[in-house]
Amino acid sequence: MADKPRIKLPKEAAKGEVVQIKTLVSHIMESGQRKDAQGKTIPRKIINKFACEFNGKPVFSCALEPAISANPYIQFDARIDEAGTFKFSWTDDDGTVITAEEKIALKA
Amino acid sequence: MKAINRRQAFALGGGFVVLTLMPMAADAEVTNDAAKWIEKFTGGKQPAKGKISLDLPEIAENGNTVPLSINIESSMTADSYVKEVMIIADGNPNAGVATLSFTPLSGKAEASIRIRLATTQNVVAIAKMSDGSLFAEQKIVKVTIGGCGG
Repeated sequence: MADKPRIKLPKEAAKGEVVQIKTLVSHIMESGQRKDAQGKTIPRKIINKFACEFNGKPVFSCALEPAISANPYIQFDARIDEAGTFKFSWTDDDGTVITAEEKIALKA
Repeated sequence: MKAINRRQAFALGGGFVVLTLMPMAADAEVTNDAAKWIEKFTGGKQPAKGKISLDLPEIAENGNTVPLSINIESSMTADSYVKEVMIIADGNPNAGVATLSFTPLSGKAEASIRIRLATTQNVVAIAKMSDGSLFAEQKIVKVTIGGCGG
């Protein structure tokens, strides 16, 4: 997998604040419906699952189908009760998992 | 009356082509297994109206990437939150689009994704609350260039 996922979230948040997280990962998201020049179906290859955890607790996840655009962009929210680390993971059809981590601190 | 300039002429021409190519576009019909997906998600229960605001463009010029935003009214506390939201497109080769799972830690039941739409069709969102109640909302999106196959 070539590019690093892009993740945008604030560096710090007040306790209890709901922050917005934007993620984008480069992926072809081949739907399995397209045909190549020889008329053969190009096999499906998509990211079928995205998950976000905060300090080990699930925050948001989604199961994705071929109807998700290439380079899937996912935006969601998270409530920050404590400082910690977000873990993001994108699971490919072929079993590879792209992961990323982002830290967030509490506002003093 | 002002003469039609080049840009307007193109817009008119484009609209005409779309209309002639898709005479059935106005009544988007279910062409896939959407009912099965919905049945599996709801367990046969009838979802109520409301709570969901589904934001989609009325006309999508490019079906390859259609922005979709969803926001569900909920306090998102441990006792009452939105558990899952299923998004269905009833005119795609496969009805499923995405299933979003929220937790109380999400803070807000809100998400945005970009989806593919093959043709003009209804996009349906069904939300399952933590108490088991169901809510649904649907929007029709007119698609000028489809986003599947090719």
